[in-house]
Amino acid sequence: MKNKKNKDKVLISPGHRACAGCGQMISAKAATEGMGNNVIVANATGCLEVTTTPYPQSAWKMPWIHSLFENASAIASGIKAALNYKGKHGEGRAKNIKVIAQGGDGGTFDIGFGLISGMWERGEDILYICYDTEAYSNTGVQASGATPWAASTTTTPAGTGKNIDAIGSHQNKKDMISIALAHGLPYVAQSTAGYPMDITAKVKKALEIKGPAYIQIMTPCIPGWKVKPSDAMKLGKLGVETGLYPLLEYIDGKLVNSSKIDKKVKVEEYLKLQGRFKHLFKTARGKKQIEYIQKLADENIKKYELKK
Amino acid sequence: MTNTNNQILEGSRAIALTIKKIRPGVISAYPITPQTHIVEDLSQFKADGEVDYEYVRAESEFAAASIVEGASATGVRVYTATSSQGLLLMTEVLYNIAGMRLPVVLTCANRGVSAPITIWNDHQDSVTMRDAGWIQFYAENHQEAVEQHIIAYKVAEQLGLPAMVNIDGFVLTHSYESVRIPSEADIKKFLPDYKPKKNGYLDPANPKTMGAFATPAHYMEIRQALHDDMVDALKVIIGEYQAYREIISDSAPFSTSKQLMDNGLLEYHGPKKAKTIIIALGSVAGTIKEAFERSNNVGVLKLKVMRPFPEQHVLDIIEQVKPQNIAVIEKAISLGAEGPLAMDIKTALYGKTKAKVQSFIAGLGGRDITKSMIKKIARDIEKEDDEVKFVGSVN
Repeated sequence: MKNKKNKDKVLISPGHRACAGCGQMISAKAATEGMGNNVIVANATGCLEVTTTPYPQSAWKMPWIHSLFENASAIASGIKAALNYKGKHGEGRAKNIKVIAQGGDGGTFDIGFGLISGMWERGEDILYICYDTEAYSNTGVQASGATPWAASTTTTPAGTGKNIDAIGSHQNKKDMISIALAHGLPYVAQSTAGYPMDITAKVKKALEIKGPAYIQIMTPCIPGWKVKPSDAMKLGKLGVETGLYPLLEYIDGKLVNSSKIDKKVKVEEYLKLQGRFKHLFKTARGKKQIEYIQKLADENIKKYELKK
Repeated sequence: MTNTNNQILEGSRAIALTIKKIRPGVISAYPITPQTHIVEDLSQFKADGEVDYEYVRAESEFAAASIVEGASATGVRVYTATSSQGLLLMTEVLYNIAGMRLPVVLTCANRGVSAPITIWNDHQDSVTMRDAGWIQFYAENHQEAVEQHIIAYKVAEQLGLPAMVNIDGFVLTHSYESVRIPSEADIKKFLPDYKPKKNGYLDPANPKTMGAFATPAHYMEIRQALHDDMVDALKVIIGEYQAYREIISDSAPFSTSKQLMDNGLLEYHGPKKAKTIIIALGSVAGTIKEAFERSNNVGVLKLKVMRPFPEQHVLDIIEQVKPQNIAVIEKAISLGAEGPLAMDIKTALYGKTKAKVQSFIAGLGGRDITKSMIKKIARDIEKEDDEVKFVGSVN
C-alpha cells in the first residue's frame, strides 16, 4: 500500500461543503475514525454525498462509491460478493476488507427500506450506518418516515387550520431499531451527534462482530431543525438526556448498553431550541403535543431501561 | 466448426452454459418469466459445485442490478438476466451503470410490458431502454445468442460500457435448437480473464471515489464522452465479430450466398438489387428470410445491434441494394409516434435516399408474425400511404 494519505486517521478531509455546525458531518467524521483504513464505503444520495464529492474533488480518503438514493445497501452487497469471490481466487487480502453502506434517514427509512431488508435477510457481513436528520434535509427539509411527531417540515408545515394538519407532522417516527432487531441482526446500535466517541466505539464494535450491523445516529440539521450552528452537539446530548433518542447497543438481540438518565430532562428543553417545534409553544393544542412527546420520552425510558 | 459438437438445447440452457464458461465472479438476479430458466440453470451449476461464482439472491430486479453494479465496481466480471417489468424496474440502475462506465452484461428475455399484463414476447422492454447508454444486441437464434454473449463481454470490458443481449422470450428462451457452445478454452482465448484497470475499481490499496456529482461545468462533457465511446463501439464490435470468427468459429453459422453484409452489427440477406427491403430485429428475421427465400425483389436487413445505432452501415446497404421501399417491422411502438427503429432508419436515411420508409408494428404481446403477414407487409408498402400500420392479421 503506497498511499500515505490512507494511513491518516481522518478518512474524511476538511474542506467539505456541509453547513457550519452540521451534525451529520460531526458524526460521519467520528464514524470514519472507527472504520480503519481497510474499508470500502457505499454511500446513498444525500447531504453527505453531495457535500463531499463535487467532481473532480472528493473529501474521502477511502474507496468510496455513490450510485443512487435507494441502493447503497445492494451496492454494498455486490461489493461484498466481489470481495468474497476475490478472497477465494488468489486475493487473500480481500477477505479482510470491511464493507460499509451509509445514508440519511430518507435513504434508510423510506426509499431504500426494501433493499436494506434484502441485505439483512442475506446475512452479509456489512455495516449500515444511518445518519438521521429526521427529514429530507438535502432537498429542503421535507418529512420522511423518520420525522418525529409534531415537527414542522416543508411538507408537514405547522399551520393555522383547525384540523390535525396544523400541528406539523402527525405520524410517529418509524421504529427502525425494532425493525433491524426483527431481522435478527447480531449488532444494532443507536447514538447521537452529541457523543462522537460513542459513535467511533460503536462503529469499531460493529466491524468486529461478524454479520450484518445497523447503527442509527441522530444528526441535528442546522437549517432543517432551524437551530444555531453551535447547538448540534447540545441537541445530540439533550436527545439522550430526555430519553427521546437514547444511546443503545444490542448484541444478538439483547440490550447490553443504554444511556442511563441521572436526572430526567423535560422534553421542552430539547424542543425549545428548535425552530421546527416553535409552533408548539404558542397554542394550547401545541402544548398538548408537547405532553404527548413527553409521553413518548417516558415510554422510551421504560422500554430501554434508562432509569439509573 | 464441426457439427459433431452441436447439441440440441433449450435457448435458456444454451445461454446458461455459455455464461458458465465465460466465468463471471458474481451473478445476481430476480426471477421473472421468461428469464427464469437461465437463472435456475446458473443456480443449479452452483448447487452442484460446478462453478465458483458468487450467486446473490436479490429481493427485486432493482437490487439485482445494484448488486452486480457494486460487484463490477469492485473489479469482477458480473452477470444478470431479466425481462419486461424487471428491466423497467432496473431502469434507474441501468442508467447509473452506464454513467459509471461499468462493463455489466445482462440478458433480456424480451417480453411485452404491462398494462395489460402479458408474459409473451415483444421488444417494448429493451427498446424502451435504448437511451440508457447500454450496447444492445439482438439475437435471431440460439447460436447467435451464444455468440453475442461472448462478444458482449469482450466489447463491454474493453470500452467500459455495459451490454445487453436481447433474446426473444419463449421464441428463443424456451425453444430447442441445434447449437454449439464453444469450449471454455476457446472462450478464454477470445475473452481472457477480466482485469480491470489499476485505479479503475474500489480497493483500499488505491482509494478512489466513484459516483461523484457533477455541476453544469462538467456534466455535459462526461455525458458526451459516454456517447462518443458508444459510437466507437461500432468499430470495436465489427473487429471482435471478426476475431470471434477466427478464434472460435471459422464461419458465420448461417452464412449463405445471399448475404451482402454480415459484420456483427447487421446482416443483409437477399438479392443484390431489391425493390423492397424489410428491416427487423431478433428472431422474426428468420421468418422474414424464409418468407422471401426465393424472392428476387425483397431483401431482409437484420439489425444485430440497435445501440449504438449502425447508421452508416444501414446506409451502405440501402445505397448498394437501392430499394424503392423500406418496411421496418417492429415489436415495439413509441406510443403516439411510430416504431422507434423506423424513426432511427428514417434519421439515418434522411436526404440520402428516395426510398419510402414505413413503420409496421407487429407481434406485440406474443402475437405470431406469420409468413403471410410479412408478405402482406411487402405488398402494403407499395401502397400510397406512409402512416404507421399495426399488422395483427392478414385481413
